[in-house]
Amino acid sequence: MKELTYHRAEDAASAVALVTGDPDARFLGGGTNLVDHLKLGVTSPTTLVDVSRLPMDEVAELPDGGLRVGANVRNSDLAAHPAVRRGWPVVARALLAGASGQIRNQATTGGNLLQRTRCVYFQDVTTPCNKREPGTGCSAIGGYGRYNAVLGASEACVTTHPSDLAVGLAAVDATVVVLGAGGERRVPMGDFHRLPSDRPEQDTTLAHGELVTAVELPASAVARRSTYRKARDRASYAFALVSVAAGVDLDDDGRVRDVRIAWGGVAHKPWRAAVAEEALRGKFLSEESVREAAEAELAAAVTDEQTAYKVPMVRNLTALTLTSLAEGATR
Amino acid sequence: MDAEITLTVDGQRRTVTVDTRTTLLDALRERLGVTNPKKGCDHGQCGSCTVLLDGRRHLTCLALAVAHDGAEVTTAGGLSGPDGALHPVQQAFLEHDGCQCGYCTPGQVCSAVGVLDEIRQGHASHVSEDLEAEPGLTDEEVRERMSGNLCRCGAYAGILAAVKQAGEQAGEQAGQEGAA
Ligand SMILES: Cc1cc2nc3c(=O)[nH]c(=O)nc-3n(C[C@H](O)[C@H](O)[C@H](O)COP(=O)(O)OP(=O)(O)OC[C@H]3O[C@@H](n4cnc5c(N)ncnc54)[C@H](O)[C@@H]3O)c2cc1C
Ligand code: SF4
Ligand code: FES
Ligand code: FES
Repeated sequence: MKELTYHRAEDAASAVALVTGDPDARFLGGGTNLVDHLKLGVTSPTTLVDVSRLPMDEVAELPDGGLRVGANVRNSDLAAHPAVRRGWPVVARALLAGASGQIRNQATTGGNLLQRTRCVYFQDVTTPCNKREPGTGCSAIGGYGRYNAVLGASEACVTTHPSDLAVGLAAVDATVVVLGAGGERRVPMGDFHRLPSDRPEQDTTLAHGELVTAVELPASAVARRSTYRKARDRASYAFALVSVAAGVDLDDDGRVRDVRIAWGGVAHKPWRAAVAEEALRGKFLSEESVREAAEAELAAAVTDEQTAYKVPMVRNLTALTLTSLAEGATR
Repeated sequence: MDAEITLTVDGQRRTVTVDTRTTLLDALRERLGVTNPKKGCDHGQCGSCTVLLDGRRHLTCLALAVAHDGAEVTTAGGLSGPDGALHPVQQAFLEHDGCQCGYCTPGQVCSAVGVLDEIRQGHASHVSEDLEAEPGLTDEEVRERMSGNLCRCGAYAGILAAVKQAGEQAGEQAGQEGAA
């Protein structure tokens, strides 16, 4: 590990100024991802600007019924917040499906969205990786590929985004509030993370030095009736093979008035299944109708021997999630 | 870069100068001689370094000491009373053989104290049917909530029984106090 200068940020604007002005500076949140990467040598900043004590730790109800979640709200506190449990169960469920109780007490909302991939080669500095070291090649192509993407990958990078929370937020059309040197801007969740293209080193559309200050959750009928399901190798404490965040609003006849589907574990970003959503509007939810809609979305999937399992897995998990939501299940 | 930090560890105020790269775990073990929290994986994957940080369960291997200047740290060793009386969770681990080699035990004990507190506060878990209902102290709930603490000896059956017993005792006590 390189020598490290530590600053405790006094306010958000000075934190942004410090990091913007120094390409080797990084924000420090709860540290559960960044401290690991310092040890592994995945990243070697010379300056850390600790934003974890900035007063961005409130969950506030907005006049329009939405919720503003400060970037420093810990994952456990967000999952336990009564308004989140009632109005955005998919967000609480996504958080509770991730990491461990200890890590959720430590991890921040902002840090969770900015966590980096768990690709084994990205974390192993002895192997080529375009995301860690642009231009060196991608070891995952032709290597260990069980967790690789099946949608939207590129020749430069085939990894997936690891955050469960991000998938839940994508399903409820959250907005990320960002402070940069030029002031504040608001980024819809769908535009926050990006596909790898030929620049896999860039996980998000944020510029260096831009600070996440809050995430806003709009209230909606689909968010109120929503949930998250995750398929993994162990019952607990493991990253997703695939996951489904979904919400429905049914009319009096039981037809789909509105529906949201976002997938984790399939792409470099949370994948909003817009084709599947469109296919389901006005329909009855049944195992068949959901499977058919998911298959339409998955027509674009590219798989190999190691990832082929993800297509039926995410299709079936989507069917299970939506049909159980329609039947009134809470989990 | 060096930084002077002050921590309250098991009730004692300690001031120490650390390199900014030092983790809280290394500061406790190597600098302050507090060896209760154990280094298992050093990457957040095993839970053996768990302490109570400002009252909540927290890893110490993925935390920089300098970022926690001023914090109050309670290790498993600090849970017992000043007269040496065991904490109900410690006592339950003894009664149910919640350990074999003991390496994971301080982390398990701290995590269990955190788990019981989270249940008391009504926090749901991944396996709770209803996010808004009072969580129960079932095997499934305890297993899920303790899943961040691994035990290479496989003492899980004893750990599960211990956590449930301590939780039931605390529940009865709260009930009696409520009735009084
Ligand atoms: C063993 C283990 C298992 C895990 N399992 C899961 C899982 O199943 N599901 C899951 O979703 N996650 C899982 N995680 C990942 C965990 O959720 C993340 O590490 C955590 O959410 C990161 O938050 P943090 O506050 O600790 O971020 P940090 O580690 O402090 O920072 C992470 C990144 O975000 C940047 N950053 C921090 N705050 C801000 C901000 N406000 N604005 C802009 N940039 C910022 C940092 O510069 C850094 O690049 C696991 C982690 C571990 C160690
Ligand atoms: S998949 Fe992406 S992160 Fe993994 S080795 Fe290839 S470039 Fe690196
Ligand atoms: S040593 Fe901290 S989790 Fe393993
Ligand atoms: S008792 Fe040996 S590791 Fe748990």
